Amino acid sequence: MARIEKLNDSSFDEWVKASEVPVLVDFWAEWCGPCKMIAPILEEIADERDGVINIAKLNVDDSLDIARRYEVMSIPTLILFKDGEPVRRIVGAKPKGSLLKELDAVLQ
Amino acid sequence: MTQHAKVVIVGSGPAGLTAAIYSARANLAPIVIEGEPSSTSDQPGGQLMLTTEIENFPGFIDGIMGPELMMNFRSQAQRFGTTYRTAKASRVDFTNKPFKIWTNDVDSQEPQYTADSVIISTGARSLMLNLEDETRLIGHGVSTCATCDGFFFRGKDIAVVGGGDSAIEEAIFLTKFANTVTIIHRRKELRASKIMQDRAFANPKIRFHWDAEVVKLHGKEQLEGVTVRDTVTGAESSLEITGLFVAIGHVPNTDIFKGQIEMEETGYIVTKNGTYTNIDGVFACGDVQDHTYRQAITAAGSGCMAAIDVERWLESQHHGS
Repeated sequence: MARIEKLNDSSFDEWVKASEVPVLVDFWAEWCGPCKMIAPILEEIADERDGVINIAKLNVDDSLDIARRYEVMSIPTLILFKDGEPVRRIVGAKPKGSLLKELDAVLQ
Repeated sequence: MTQHAKVVIVGSGPAGLTAAIYSARANLAPIVIEGEPSSTSDQPGGQLMLTTEIENFPGFIDGIMGPELMMNFRSQAQRFGTTYRTAKASRVDFTNKPFKIWTNDVDSQEPQYTADSVIISTGARSLMLNLEDETRLIGHGVSTCATCDGFFFRGKDIAVVGGGDSAIEEAIFLTKFANTVTIIHRRKELRASKIMQDRAFANPKIRFHWDAEVVKLHGKEQLEGVTVRDTVTGAESSLEITGLFVAIGHVPNTDIFKGQIEMEETGYIVTKNGTYTNIDGVFACGDVQDHTYRQAITAAGSGCMAAIDVERWLESQHHGS
């Protein structure tokens, strides 16, 4: 099973830059219901797109600096990074089909 | 491929999942079409997925978080043999038995499900302001989920639109983070319950903008302010805020049932003798048929009633044939 990396303010930059494939970062928190709904979907996507995309989570409660840097004001927010730069932002929980459609459009 | 069930439950809030617990325990092997993830109340688990602490659900002395409560409901129904489908019902046909239900793909000829009986528990969703730029600014200051987004407004000046219990609850919750919370309400007094009003009036961070409605949102990338119109004089003024939370009421999620079942003008499904609708074999419970009480516990109670009604109805059909 593909692993979902847990990032924080200090590990974020290095990890996202070092990734050889695009990275999808899930900005989430324990108190966010919709975040919990999409967590299992992200695990499935990590498996199904293994080698094409890396998926990571960043808890905004613990790592507010990174969340602020990317002006996250609503969670869940998913940001796709290519070569360390944000290329796509998805705000709010969405069904798996919609997420894949948005991601695949950028990944190809 | 079409799958058949004795009972299909459409919706997965407290009503639908209580109906699932009861009908699963009655060996009816229910299928629950639970909806799809979203950041509005139109999602698996329903409106409680967007709340924090539930203080008035019996059995939890110290309260319980809304999403946690709904996860518990879900696991409990699963334990007795409920099947879940993470999809949205998109179309129904109640004209003949068995009833037909489509999910997502409206155009496919064959329905995804057929059912001897159906329990409708699709609940209600929050109304939005329907202003220009509102959708564009969601996630950039305009929020559909105070519990998800309140955290990002630490030290900011923000506003809540509405005057009912939901609006006041959100405003009080948001004072944990915000510098000030202005309640914008189109009347001079609140509709909210006495206890919520007292809490709001006693909160030093809460301000009131009476007789007022939001008519315009400002901001390019992020919300920067709103134009407010006085509902009595018509005078317009502006309010600098970086966050706007809307709690102006609810509409039932009954679009897919239009023309198939008896509804009130407001879209609520009409129930009689418990949870019976005008269609023999179709039952409704929870907020989709209740604009009076709208509580988690009343929704759960009516879900239990629907399951019992279904069980008895199915039995009567069996004996009749």
